[in-house]
Amino acid sequence: MQCQICSKRAATIHLTEISDGVRTEMHICERCAAEQGIAAQSQISINELLSNLLASQPSDDELFGPSEQDLSCPHCGFTMDRLRKEGTLGCPHDYEVFDKTLLPLIERAQNGKTSHCGKVPSKMPPDTKKLMEMSGLQQQLDEAVRRENYELAAKLRDQMKKLPQR
Amino acid sequence: MRLTEISRDINEWFNGSGPLADVVISSRVRLARNLAGCKFLSRCSSQEKADILQKLKDVLMSLELGDETFYVSVDKASELNRSFLVERHLISRHHALTKGPRGVVIARREFFTAMINEEDHLRIQVFEAGCQLTTCAEQIDHIDDMIERKIEYAFSPRYGYLTACPTNLGTGIRVSVMLHLPALKMTNQIEKLLNAAKDMNLAVRGLFGEGTEAASDLYQISNQVTLGLSEESIVSHFEKVIIPEIIEYEKAARARLLSAQVDTLDDKISRAMALLQNARLISSQEALFLLSHLRLGLNMHQHMGASTPAIKRLCELGESTDKSDAGLSIRTINRLFMLTLPAHLQLNYGKPLDSTHRDALRAKIIREALGQDS
Repeated sequence: MQCQICSKRAATIHLTEISDGVRTEMHICERCAAEQGIAAQSQISINELLSNLLASQPSDDELFGPSEQDLSCPHCGFTMDRLRKEGTLGCPHDYEVFDKTLLPLIERAQNGKTSHCGKVPSKMPPDTKKLMEMSGLQQQLDEAVRRENYELAAKLRDQMKKLPQR
Repeated sequence: MRLTEISRDINEWFNGSGPLADVVISSRVRLARNLAGCKFLSRCSSQEKADILQKLKDVLMSLELGDETFYVSVDKASELNRSFLVERHLISRHHALTKGPRGVVIARREFFTAMINEEDHLRIQVFEAGCQLTTCAEQIDHIDDMIERKIEYAFSPRYGYLTACPTNLGTGIRVSVMLHLPALKMTNQIEKLLNAAKDMNLAVRGLFGEGTEAASDLYQISNQVTLGLSEESIVSHFEKVIIPEIIEYEKAARARLLSAQVDTLDDKISRAMALLQNARLISSQEALFLLSHLRLGLNMHQHMGASTPAIKRLCELGESTDKSDAGLSIRTINRLFMLTLPAHLQLNYGKPLDSTHRDALRAKIIREALGQDS
């Protein structure tokens, strides 16, 4: 299989992200991985990698779709206008539908954090759980380093090494 | 189960016991959850809310909690009963005031409550006396697991547990403590605390007060960030770093009062004793204000060995009314705090009372508890 970035070398690193039930796979070579800043052990968040790549192309929405201000959620009819008035959302799907508008709000409300790294319901599929566990540990490690709690950071790194590789 | 079965005494977690009880009254951990496949409450019809209520009520009432549970229909409850539940921290003010089918499941010993259809479909919380956040967190986590075996939560790998308001996203966890901070108030340092709290991403609310005004010098401190951190790290950071820091500030202020402002301190305690023992009419606000001084005096004696003239007289009063050790006297104060709140007063009396009659009854109950004849 060829690397999806350079289309030259063979893909030796395979990344899978499952987000909101949507599975995305990426296959890249070691050189492109290094250029993107990830070690073979995949310590960077997959989110970051994907968004770096997606950011270089305009999304369909931006080219063709409506702005989120005019949008209404197909599941519950919620609009951004209502959020301004009521302060709460209409249904869980709103987080996807109004993603662009909500992300900066969430970032501000949550002190810069934008992804979950805590408890996962037991009913989640095992793949998702593994991915989240890895991502969660990485975030906790970053937080520990930020708080200069290096002992905890080391423990977390050891935990991550012990996680089964797919 | 009638509310009058629990209204005649305080709940266990409010009785003045527990770790660090000289400053920390109680701890609470709550989780916010929503059912998968349902809209959030603002977009639900009344029927949809009723269906959610029935589903969650059935699940919660079937849980094995090691304690008897009972259900109160909040939308059908009288205003007095709703106020009672708010006074006792069993439901939030929001839950009392919002509209639509909603209820609360309460464990008999009141260490656990589950609000259904408050801002989210489900808000479960555990209380403990003193500073016991890790215990609360472990218990609520276990209960959350039990509930999740029977229903499915709205969850996304990216944003975690999905909540109606983005401020609860991710873990959905709210960790809080109720602190008694009379010395910081007396030494004019509450503003400093509020500013520091903002920098530490903490929410500070006065209990039953507006903004910085706190009835009885009681403050509720909670975390604000719920996303991007694990539950364990939020709880641990709160319990091991934040709370000890605030406690140190309060204790230092108490020490300063004893060393440099003894007359002011003694005056406040003496006036509190005199008024509470003799007033014929006393408002809730005034009673809470004065009871706070008594609690401070007793804690200073118990935990700092203080024996100023006023504190000595206070302890003698404690001994003559409560034949057991001084710990029970704090309990008496907390009991007076709770039972003289407006809804408690009226529920126990058996019927609604106007303001003057409440003030008279309150004063009578306090005088009797402090060893005076009515």
